[in-house]
Amino acid sequence: MKPHSEVRLLDTPFGSRVRDACEVHQWEDWKGYLTAAAYEDVELEYFAVRNATGVFDLSPMTKYRITGPDAQAFLNRVMTRNVRRLAPGRVGYTVWCNDAGMVLDDGTLFHLAEGEYRLCAQERCLDWLQWSALGLDVAIADETADVAALAVQGPTSCATLRAMGLDGLERLKPFGIARFPFDGGELLVSRTGFTGDLGYELWMAPDHAEALWDSLFDAGRDRLIRPMGTAALELARIEAGFIQAGVDFVPAEQVLRHGRGRSPFELGLGWLVDFGKGHFTGRNALLKEKENGSRYRFVRLDVDGNKPAEESFILDKSANVVGHVTSAAWCASAKRNLALASLEMPWGRPEDDLFAEIYYSREQRWTRLETRCTVMRGPAWDPPRRRQTPPADF
Amino acid sequence: MTDAAFDVVVIGAGHNGLACASYLARGGRKVLVLEAADRPGGLAATREFAAGFRVSAAAHLLTMLDAGVARDLGLEGHGLEFAARNLKTVALADNGERVVFEDGAIGGVSAKDQAAFAEFRRQNRRFAKVLAGFCSRPSPRLVDRRKSDTLALARLAWDVRSLGRADMRELLRVGAINIYDVAQEKFESALLKAAVSMDAVLGSHMGPRSPNTVYSYLHRHMNDDAGAAGPAVVKGGMGALGEAFAAAAEAAGAEVRYGSRAVRIDLSEPSSNEACRAAGVTLADGTRIETGLVVSNADLKTTFRMVGPLNLDAGFVRRVHSFRARGVTAKLHLALDGLPEFHGGDAGDAGARLLLASSMDDIESAFDHAKYGRFSPVPVMEISIPTVYDASLAPDGKQVLSALVQYAPYDLKEGWDAGRETFKAICLQRLEAVAPGIGESVRASELLTPPDLEAEFGVRGGHWHHGEIALDQALFTRPVPGANRYATPVRGLYLCGASSHPGGGILGLAGRNAARAVLAGEDSG
Repeated sequence: MKPHSEVRLLDTPFGSRVRDACEVHQWEDWKGYLTAAAYEDVELEYFAVRNATGVFDLSPMTKYRITGPDAQAFLNRVMTRNVRRLAPGRVGYTVWCNDAGMVLDDGTLFHLAEGEYRLCAQERCLDWLQWSALGLDVAIADETADVAALAVQGPTSCATLRAMGLDGLERLKPFGIARFPFDGGELLVSRTGFTGDLGYELWMAPDHAEALWDSLFDAGRDRLIRPMGTAALELARIEAGFIQAGVDFVPAEQVLRHGRGRSPFELGLGWLVDFGKGHFTGRNALLKEKENGSRYRFVRLDVDGNKPAEESFILDKSANVVGHVTSAAWCASAKRNLALASLEMPWGRPEDDLFAEIYYSREQRWTRLETRCTVMRGPAWDPPRRRQTPPADF
Repeated sequence: MTDAAFDVVVIGAGHNGLACASYLARGGRKVLVLEAADRPGGLAATREFAAGFRVSAAAHLLTMLDAGVARDLGLEGHGLEFAARNLKTVALADNGERVVFEDGAIGGVSAKDQAAFAEFRRQNRRFAKVLAGFCSRPSPRLVDRRKSDTLALARLAWDVRSLGRADMRELLRVGAINIYDVAQEKFESALLKAAVSMDAVLGSHMGPRSPNTVYSYLHRHMNDDAGAAGPAVVKGGMGALGEAFAAAAEAAGAEVRYGSRAVRIDLSEPSSNEACRAAGVTLADGTRIETGLVVSNADLKTTFRMVGPLNLDAGFVRRVHSFRARGVTAKLHLALDGLPEFHGGDAGDAGARLLLASSMDDIESAFDHAKYGRFSPVPVMEISIPTVYDASLAPDGKQVLSALVQYAPYDLKEGWDAGRETFKAICLQRLEAVAPGIGESVRASELLTPPDLEAEFGVRGGHWHHGEIALDQALFTRPVPGANRYATPVRGLYLCGASSHPGGGILGLAGRNAARAVLAGEDSG
């Protein structure tokens, strides 16, 4: 029996390599897997994503394989977006809701081949998917442990992967899927990621994981490849303005108090809701919301100064609380102090005067700031290379 | 609205469907009732099961019919006649012991039990009155309450509080526990305890020790305070009650179409900015009837199967799927040469409501088998011999015996094709023990299992309350959240059957309340 002080977490398929690479032993529990919050230095890892290549082990990400004659009808019933429009070989960002139109989770849906899908999600949701499959001919398998996954992100990521032997990868468009032979198996590559930068995600059977890690770091050595932990990823995703389940909203299945969930509209994801495609779970509730108005607006805020507005109240001119910050960071590449915030309606219009109430301490002296915030129209970090095909070669 | 010929289409001419249609027609709506069978009444039906022998095919004694509904619809003016009222109940034990319930008093037990039963009855009539009040109205919304809901809740709280300290405490103490514990605590006689328990478990996938069987007892006795001292026998069988409901509906202006089996509830084409709503009903022969409002008297599962799972939210489909509606009650019909004689009894027993269960443990062990998909080797029964009062049901001098038999699980492991004859023989053996010689006089017999009831009456699971009467699917949550006030998540589609509040038993309240919800244009949001 191990002493109870020892954290007992599963290794991902890259476990041996991750343990070797993690010099600072900042570990986290991600859905039961041992995960590095940082490998060496958060800033260096973050800058690797923006200026070279950062590699993130996302194997603990929940993955479901969805097949069967009714797979598409099933997904169209679950998702707010029109899955019929997602062609084979394409990936789509999506959200799904409960009956009340509250978001259960967001994730990416891979149309791997005609009628065969993979759903990648933050939360485990097999029960919800099974309930949604009542009366349909569809098979849902949890393949979380059967697929090793790496995110390879940053401006030199394409060049690195090509150097690893992925010929023709430069032709892969954003949200596209390609397959390559690797180590006697098949490596699936999607041009997706959570950093808002040029980047790819690699998906492979676990027994090839170590070979994949080794080849990747060999190929990337001259292009300044680095493993990155969750802390650097967090900086990158806030900079790109992406929301995170459990941080920027409470997944509806976990909400205990009536009314604490958020709808897609209240998370700025109304563009993912397609009322014209037929019925889907939450449609009636969302139609009603559209008619009666939302309760909240989700905004990206540009906060003056350089003190992160973590967990800040957002105030109006008269210092009334009108919302709160869900994620915040000083973002070095955008050179902005950014915050994601949930505001009560009607606040969050571009012309609104808003202030973040920020507390910070310097050597035991606490300071309270009411710092001006500006509602941004788009993401602070959205470089052309994110979409450019082929990407620049390095 | 639409330019359809009918404002409202009611699916199913059960008593609730017809009550609903009557109230809607009186409210000025043009109403069409679609019925799959060639007669009205649904589970209130009379059928010929052997040449010249007719019987109430499902419900056979009228215990609960709401007096207000009966009066509003003028059922007696539309042909409802009673062959007998205020029947006494006789509980028969295997050893010949008898307990007789007549006019609110009991015989055949100790003076102590008589006093305890008098107190039990007094208290339960008061509890039942609170429940009856609550059941006569739609159940209030607990979340997103409106003023009317708060008032309804306040009224409930007031009714409970008005019981006085002692009775209120007793209600709160026993309201959610099982009848076994309560009967054990109050009475001495095993037979009396068994008879009380039978009232709690008849028609339900429950034994005396199952949770909240006190609630199901109260449900059954909901209308006790309204006057009847015992069940009634409808002249011409229960089908005559269905006919009276149909006549009332037609007199109110509704049209009833028989032989018209609804198979699909059609929805409007989804447009990009409107919720789908009920737009019509498609029949088995492909006929499509357009309408703006559909009211379903069918059970919950059948109703939403007609809508289709893909047209509903996943959480709602799951709740419908989880609604417990597995029938355990079979119906035994015997054509007899003469009146059976029950041992230890007197001549009047044959006309009584007879209960066959010697002790609570006997009922519980009979139920144990049903839990594992087997029928009871020693079943319990409620027996009625309607020909004692209504000779028209059988050829001259002949008799009909009708029995509710438990437990006969819907999903019998060996399947009912294999098990039917064995179980029928077990039932006859059971009767023979208390009525020696009855086997000799059986000229024809019929056993309707829950799957038979499902096939004949279109009730999923063959459950004659359309779903268990238990606290988790009663009151505020019957049948399921999202459809507990007759309106459903599908706009323009309402429920009016026994699946809805206040539930099963021939009451008519679900139909009346549903009609009110339709007329008020309520939606489920």
